[in-house]
Amino acid sequence: MHVIEVLGSGCSNCQRLEQNAREAAVMAGVEADVRHVTDPAEIVGRGVMSTPGLIIDGSLRSYGRVPSAGDIAVWLSEA
Amino acid sequence: MRHSRVPWQLLVLGAAAAWLIAWFSIGPLATWLTYDVLPLQQGSQLGDAVAFFLYDVPKVLLLLTGIVWLISFLRSFVSPDRVRRTLAHRGALPGALAAAGFGVITPFCSCSAVPLFIGFLEAGVPLGVTFAFLVASPMVNEVALVLLWGLFGPAVALIYMASGLLVAVGAGLLIGRLGMERYVEDYVWQVRGAASGTALEFRPTIEQRAGDAWRSTLDIVRRVWPFVVIGIAIGAIIHGFVPTDAVVAVGGSGNPLAVPALVILGVPLYGNAAGTIPIIEALLAKGLPLGSALAFMMAITALSIPEFVILRRVMKPRLLASFIAIVALGIVAVGYGFNLLASGGS
Repeated sequence: MHVIEVLGSGCSNCQRLEQNAREAAVMAGVEADVRHVTDPAEIVGRGVMSTPGLIIDGSLRSYGRVPSAGDIAVWLSEA
Repeated sequence: MRHSRVPWQLLVLGAAAAWLIAWFSIGPLATWLTYDVLPLQQGSQLGDAVAFFLYDVPKVLLLLTGIVWLISFLRSFVSPDRVRRTLAHRGALPGALAAAGFGVITPFCSCSAVPLFIGFLEAGVPLGVTFAFLVASPMVNEVALVLLWGLFGPAVALIYMASGLLVAVGAGLLIGRLGMERYVEDYVWQVRGAASGTALEFRPTIEQRAGDAWRSTLDIVRRVWPFVVIGIAIGAIIHGFVPTDAVVAVGGSGNPLAVPALVILGVPLYGNAAGTIPIIEALLAKGLPLGSALAFMMAITALSIPEFVILRRVMKPRLLASFIAIVALGIVAVGYGFNLLASGGS
């Protein structure tokens, strides 16, 4: 069971990222709990200034861009 | 991926070639469609309007697609973390100048405004310097700059950029001087961030950056194209039918209220730079003075009610109100300044 966290205030990019993350879990054939972090203090506290940020199982994978579902699937299978 | 067999370099080259061919054929194509296919007279009002529309729609969409892709691609190499480290603990003037410059090359989507604001302050970037960035970034954005360059030439684009930087630096210096730190929401000062970016365990490849840029370009173009078409249609009507005298009388330097009125009109048009610039193009051709046009553009890109609502989360009302007032007054000053220069020069 993986924990995927999408960091962002809920703009269109964050929603695209969340959708990609869900697709990625299906592609990689793993179970994942996708959460959305919207509190700006927590977002900065986790090391992200340009949203959306993506954290998989506690490690920061990307920020300021929307990785494709394929990229996320690779990270999921590595983790 | 469908194209996984084709190397990405080839895709980029092919796209660039297609772009160039399209760019050079839309002019003749629009003329041919208007005057040979459609039964319109060269020089007639309707003919002018239709030719303007048929030429401008593909031109603006091509510019938008090409340049937004290029900027998104280049931007992926500039990290906000590097920017804030460069800006931390700088003096007021050099800090504000650098911040405004960075603002031009690193636009952020307005949803990033709050984390950026907190992140900058947390790293020790002075409040005024942070504001210079916050003003320059949306105001001198790539879409506005590119469309100005493409439709009016480099002079207007550079004047726009220079006056945008002037407003940003001025606003930053002023807010820094006013010592408004206590009007930042208190929790902001408590945030202790992880060193941003250091934890990143993955660097995107060139190919991924190119792909990312293409996806976000599609996203942007899909969102703005209806506004572009509507804007150009209105521009075409102005181009063909509105008399020059009327534009000069209402928007000219003879009407002292024109600049503030255009600034107020620009606020609800936020985010519609792509749709508004064709209208401004037509108005400028009809004699709207440059200062009024610049002020209108700046109001559209820099004064955004949704962004102010978002920024309220980190600023107490007094700071937010000062910020809005200083930027609005700066824009009005740019408008009057250029109108005066233009009327004094002739």
